[in-house]
Amino acid sequence: MAEPTNANVSEEFQNDPRVPDELKNNVFITSLDKLYNWGRKRSMWPMLFGLACCAIEMIATAASRHDLARFGWELMRASPRQADLMIVSGTVTKKMIPQIVRLYNQMPEPRYVIAMGACATAGGPFKEGYNVVSGVDKFIPVDVYITGCPPRPEALLHSFIKLQEKIEKQSLRNVPWYRKGEDDVVPVPALGPDLVDLRRAQEIKEKAAQAAPAPEQPAA
Amino acid sequence: MAEETTHPTPAEPAAAPKAAPAAKPASPAATKPAAAKPAGHAAPKGPPLATLTPELVQLQQHFGENVITPAPYVGVLVNDLNKLREVMTYVRDQLGFDMLANVTAVDYIKEGYIQVVYHPQRSKGGQPITIKVRVPRGSDPVAPTEVAVPSLTPIYAGAEFQEREIYDMYGVRFEGHPDLRRILTWEGFYGWPLRKDWHEPYYEGDTKPFDSRWPGGHHQLAEERVPWADNVNYPPGFDPLNFNANPDAGLYDSMLSGVPHAQVEPNGHAQQAPQPKGVGAAVPVYDRNHNNLADEEELQTDQIIVNMGPQHPSTHGVLRMVVKLDGETVTDLKLALGYLHRNHEKIGERNTWLHNIPYTDRLDYICGIANELGYVITVEKMMGIKPTERAEYLRVIMAELTRIQSHFWAIGFLLNDLGAFYTPALYFITERDLILDLFESVSGSRLMCNYMRFGGVSRDFTEEQIAHARELAFDRIPRKIDELEQLLTDNEIIKARTIGVGYLPAERSINYSLTGPCLRAAGVPYDIRRVDPYSIYDRFDFEIPVFYGADVYDRYRVRVAEMRQSLRIVQQALNQLDQTKPGDIQAGKKAYNHRVPAGEAYGRVETPKGELGFYLVSDGGQNPYRYHVRSSSFINLNSLKEMVVGHKVADAVVILGSLDIVLGEVDR
Repeated sequence: MAEPTNANVSEEFQNDPRVPDELKNNVFITSLDKLYNWGRKRSMWPMLFGLACCAIEMIATAASRHDLARFGWELMRASPRQADLMIVSGTVTKKMIPQIVRLYNQMPEPRYVIAMGACATAGGPFKEGYNVVSGVDKFIPVDVYITGCPPRPEALLHSFIKLQEKIEKQSLRNVPWYRKGEDDVVPVPALGPDLVDLRRAQEIKEKAAQAAPAPEQPAA
Repeated sequence: MAEETTHPTPAEPAAAPKAAPAAKPASPAATKPAAAKPAGHAAPKGPPLATLTPELVQLQQHFGENVITPAPYVGVLVNDLNKLREVMTYVRDQLGFDMLANVTAVDYIKEGYIQVVYHPQRSKGGQPITIKVRVPRGSDPVAPTEVAVPSLTPIYAGAEFQEREIYDMYGVRFEGHPDLRRILTWEGFYGWPLRKDWHEPYYEGDTKPFDSRWPGGHHQLAEERVPWADNVNYPPGFDPLNFNANPDAGLYDSMLSGVPHAQVEPNGHAQQAPQPKGVGAAVPVYDRNHNNLADEEELQTDQIIVNMGPQHPSTHGVLRMVVKLDGETVTDLKLALGYLHRNHEKIGERNTWLHNIPYTDRLDYICGIANELGYVITVEKMMGIKPTERAEYLRVIMAELTRIQSHFWAIGFLLNDLGAFYTPALYFITERDLILDLFESVSGSRLMCNYMRFGGVSRDFTEEQIAHARELAFDRIPRKIDELEQLLTDNEIIKARTIGVGYLPAERSINYSLTGPCLRAAGVPYDIRRVDPYSIYDRFDFEIPVFYGADVYDRYRVRVAEMRQSLRIVQQALNQLDQTKPGDIQAGKKAYNHRVPAGEAYGRVETPKGELGFYLVSDGGQNPYRYHVRSSSFINLNSLKEMVVGHKVADAVVILGSLDIVLGEVDR
């Protein structure tokens, strides 16, 4: 799948005696990657999924003034099975993260994640809270982070452009979702005495066995 | 409006700085009998006792001075827990305090008890009274208290969620509560988060500013400081590969067994459950008392339980409704909350007083300014300061514009819930954006304005901003509200879908502590701006719109009428604004570090969602000792079940939309 420049392609194509005349001005040649990405990046379906304050700005982005439809991204789907993009718009709490991970696992590949705002990026103003996860990227991979509390609609649009740039650079040869083998499913965290990240289960078990490093123990 | 003023102790301002975290209200030993009280608070000089209002004097006379004693700062203390229900029944039936505005608790760790605080109020208006009881904290930090407080759910149905919240946060048991489970955290959570000796995983200190940050300025990531390198903590010996995780334990029990979930006391208002009227009346298969469950068994029909949410397009955020369905008819409903529990109160008690202003923006994130107003006027009342004239006008203009944009949003999304997907909402979001433009140009942010300060506001309006506001208030918004009404109010489909749906009569609404437009749609003219005026609302000429249908349609009509009244207020305020001095927006000097005299206050404002209250306790230091938010969205949800049962699922969505909840305020 070598990529000659467009100019070369069309010149070669125009001069090739094997090409019938009626095709000469009607056929465009490009690489499969470009065609594939061109289609994908202009028809992202975000998941209709709001968490907190940022969701209000996400709705404002979708409304008339900022008009998400210009990007071909306006079709918000309530089901993760039909969505390509998860906009994590708000504070991720420990009680909510099992659902977020489950939704992420249910989205078909290729899937993308935007962490919208300070909370989804790193916990934000509520980071110190006992029920707050310090950023959604502790559990699921994030493609674009946006700053702001909440980010303005323009900032969200900017993140879409950034994500489009990222999509343009992907190639069918090495995208993960056509690889053989298991999907990278994130184990859904459990809610015990606190949030349990099952990927760290062994570590947690060992540390908890060494007589509580926890400063949390209420002094009786 | 802070209704009960604080009494700064004579020694307070000077002595407080040194003894900052220590000076808590300790009740004088002389006034109370030994029963049910932990010993050891015979402080030589306690905080001043409250002067009793006439209602409380009457209460004291009726029950005797052994049972009712004046409490520190405000209100009375009920010394005998067994008498609590009797006292509250008297308060409701004889004194006429028919609505339980607020229930919360305070952990007095030094004195060894947890104080549960009730604020009953009259739906006719006036200020609430304060009634307190105390329970010993108990010896086991992980188990709930040994001594239980009698639950008030049979007397005030609105106490249900609030008592569950106290149980969840403080581990106080409530005897006779129909469904005492954790509400904001999950079953199995370790410890009681709002107790003063419970520390979150990222705990750094009791009060901000932390020494590491200021004035030292050393910064270290929280992850690098804590043993687990994350915001988690486990009890010693915890085995993550072998534990019983059931965060929903008990949630489905009452739904599966068919046992009525709300217990009704013989003499309680709750007994006469009204039948839905209008459109909904044709469909009920099972009434609220589940009398027909026997028939169900005979007919061999199958009822299913469906979870709506927390990820659902029409639950307005991360709310989870668990509905029991017979066909499409809802026969039972339960709510699972806490998916956006951001520990507002725990963080608020670490923060300085000033820190909390931007946090209140994030409570009900649709109308941040209204929340700020509630917080600052409560603190101002405790501090005894008054904002300047111009600041008062600016506050009112901003708060009323907030009400308009919030109602635009609410109506737009109510239509969304009705199935008019997005098109009506787009119209209203366009108008709302124009108001947000003004907010942005004044305060720098569209949603989280951080505009109010103690004694004033952060920025003055410029000439252009005043012109912008005038254009909105006198021209654009009135036209748009007319247009809205033309399109919607007489629309046949809207009428068919909303009239008679979600009916909850006035008496039940009051018993459920419902506030805001939903209460006024049930014919109760209860609006804090009128019944207990705060700020400068007594200067303006406006009406409190009231409708009598108590259904979704009238909740919609109340909101439209309220927008018109808010416009009237904004117009008057803008006209009077030039009588004030430009630039004079802050009383006294700007300060970063406020000390609030020891005391407590319950302040409240009318936000677009209902009554927003702040119950604040100060020990004289830089931080609130207790910072409680009485959120209307949360308490309004108490009554959702009664509104929804008997209707179809599609109507459940609409009824929820008509309550206009915001999850940031529900879960906090």
